[in-house]
Amino acid sequence: MSRTSSQLLASILVNTVYEMKNYPVVLVNTVLSPLSFLIIITLASRGTLFGEAIEGGLIMTMFSAGTSLQADLSHLKNDFKMQDIVVATPTTAFVYVTGMTISELISAAPAVVLLSVLFALYVHVGLAQLGAVVSVILLMFFASVSLGFLLATISTDIVQSYSFSRLFTTLFSTIPPVYYPITYIPLPFRYLAYLSPTTYASEIAQNAAGLLPEPGYSLVIAWGVLLATTFLFFLVTVKKSRWRDR
Amino acid sequence: MSCREWLTGNSSPRGEDEVTSSGELSCESISKKFSNGKVALSDVSFTTPTSGIFTLIGRNGAGKTTLTRIVATLLEPSSGRATINGLDVMTDARKLRQMIAVVPQEGRTVSWMTPRQTISSYLLWRGVSISESRSLADEAMAKVGIESYSKRLNSTLSGGIKRKVLVAMVLASDAQIIFLDEPTTGLDPISRRQLWDVLTELGEKRFVFLTTHYLEEAEAVSDRIGVLNDGRLLAIGTMQELRNQLKYRYTLRIPSNDAKISPFEGEKVVRKDGELQIMTTEDGALKISRELVEQKTRFSMNPVDLDDVFYYIVSEDEGRRGVAKQ
Repeated sequence: MSRTSSQLLASILVNTVYEMKNYPVVLVNTVLSPLSFLIIITLASRGTLFGEAIEGGLIMTMFSAGTSLQADLSHLKNDFKMQDIVVATPTTAFVYVTGMTISELISAAPAVVLLSVLFALYVHVGLAQLGAVVSVILLMFFASVSLGFLLATISTDIVQSYSFSRLFTTLFSTIPPVYYPITYIPLPFRYLAYLSPTTYASEIAQNAAGLLPEPGYSLVIAWGVLLATTFLFFLVTVKKSRWRDR
Repeated sequence: MSCREWLTGNSSPRGEDEVTSSGELSCESISKKFSNGKVALSDVSFTTPTSGIFTLIGRNGAGKTTLTRIVATLLEPSSGRATINGLDVMTDARKLRQMIAVVPQEGRTVSWMTPRQTISSYLLWRGVSISESRSLADEAMAKVGIESYSKRLNSTLSGGIKRKVLVAMVLASDAQIIFLDEPTTGLDPISRRQLWDVLTELGEKRFVFLTTHYLEEAEAVSDRIGVLNDGRLLAIGTMQELRNQLKYRYTLRIPSNDAKISPFEGEKVVRKDGELQIMTTEDGALKISRELVEQKTRFSMNPVDLDDVFYYIVSEDEGRRGVAKQ
C-alpha cells in the first residue's frame, strides 16, 4: 500500500466508514434523505414528474455531497481541530480533500445506486444522452466539492458553517427547478432561477432524457455556464482556501 | 493557498541542497498580527536545542498557542522567520511535516471513533500501512495505559483518557518533534501527573515543545522554559538559568503575617490566605530564619520556584511598561 493510498484511506475511514460502522443510523439517513424530494414531487404531480424527480434526485444527491463535505470538514476542523492535526502530517491539502471527497461519494453511493436503477427502469435514453446526464452530474459534484472545501477552510465556528451549509442548499437546491421543469416557474421569477448552476444542469439532463424541449437559448450556453462555474469554484478554492491558517 | 501548496504543502520552492540540520529550533523576530488587528506576538527571537522538553509558559492570551502554531507549520507569521533543524517552517513545510506531530489546544478525539481507530487513522495520514498502523496503535495504547479502552467509543471516555488517546496518537508516530499545546488543561491532578510521566518518557527520546499555564507542570517536566507575556518572550533557559535571573534566591513562607521581622533586602508579599511570603538573598534568608526561630514562629524556606520566577519576571516587565497588575 503506497503512502498516498494510506492517506486517502484515513480520510475515508474517519469521515464515512467508522461513522457508519459505529452509528448505523447514519447509513439509513444517507439513503432516505435524497429520496424525500423524489417522493414528494412524484406524489404531488401524481407521477407525471417521476422522470424529472429521478434526475433531480441524482443531481441533488451529487450536489449535496459538496454540502455534506463542507459540513463534515467544518465539524472535524472546528470541533475536533482535526485539520490542524492533519496539516502537521505528510498529508497534503489535495490528498486530504480527495480522500474526503471519496468518502462523500461512498456516503452518497446507496442513494445514487437506487436512483440509477430507477433511472434505468423509467427514463429511457441513448448512450449519448446518458453521457450528457453523467457529465452534468459529475460537473455539479466537482463544483459543490470545491465550494464545500473553500467554505470549510474559512469557517471558524460550527454555527457559521451550518449557516453556510443551509444557504448553499437553499440557493442551489431548494429554489432552482431541479426536481421539476423550469416551465413550472412563473416567467418573471424564472430569470432568478438562472442564477443557479443547478438550473442549467437540470435543463441539460431533462432535455437529454426527452423530458423537456430545448429551452429558448442554446444548450451550448448551459454547458458553458456549468463548465465556467465549476472552473471558477475550483480556481477560487485553490486560491482562497486555507490549509495553513493566515 | 497556491497550487504548489495544495499539492506539496510548501509555500515556495526550495532546493534540497539548501537544507542543513542544525539540531535547534530558532525563531528570528517572529511577529503576528491577526486580521482583526490583535497583535499576538511581537518580535519573538530565541533558539533552543531540539532535544528534551521545551516548555512555553504564560498567562492566558500570552501568545503561547500562536507561537506554537507558527513553528508547527499551522499558521503563517506576519513577519520573521522560524526554522527547525535548519528547515524553514514556511518554505520547507513538506519536509518538516514528516518529522513533526501536533496535538492542538482544544484538540479532541472524534466522538464516533474508538481510541484504536483514532490512533490508527492518524498513522495512516502519516503514510503508515493499515496493518502496521493497528499494531503501532496497540503498542502506544499499552504505553500510556489505555489499552482496556481501545474499543470503546471516544464519546464515552473521560476527559483524562481522551487526552491520553491524543498523546498516544503522536507517541505512536515516528515524529521526532512533538508539539503539545496545553495537553493537561482540564485534567484532574492524578491524570495530570500520569501524563507528566508519559511526557517525561517522550522527552527522553524526542523533542517535545510543550505549552502550559501550570507552572508546577513546567517545572516538573521541562529541560528548558520560555516565559511569554503579552506576545513578548521575556526569558528563556533552564530552571536554574531562570532562577539566576532573580536577585533573590530563597522564598520564606510564614503562615501568619504578624511575625516581627527586622528590615531585610528582598520583597514581601501577603497572600490572600494571610500567608506572608518573603523573597530574599541567602544572607537575608539566614537572618530572617534566625529571628523566626527565636520568636518560635513556624515557617518554611525553599529555593525560589517557577511560580516565584514567573511572578517576578512578569511583574518586572509589566512594571516597566506601566501595565496594571491583574
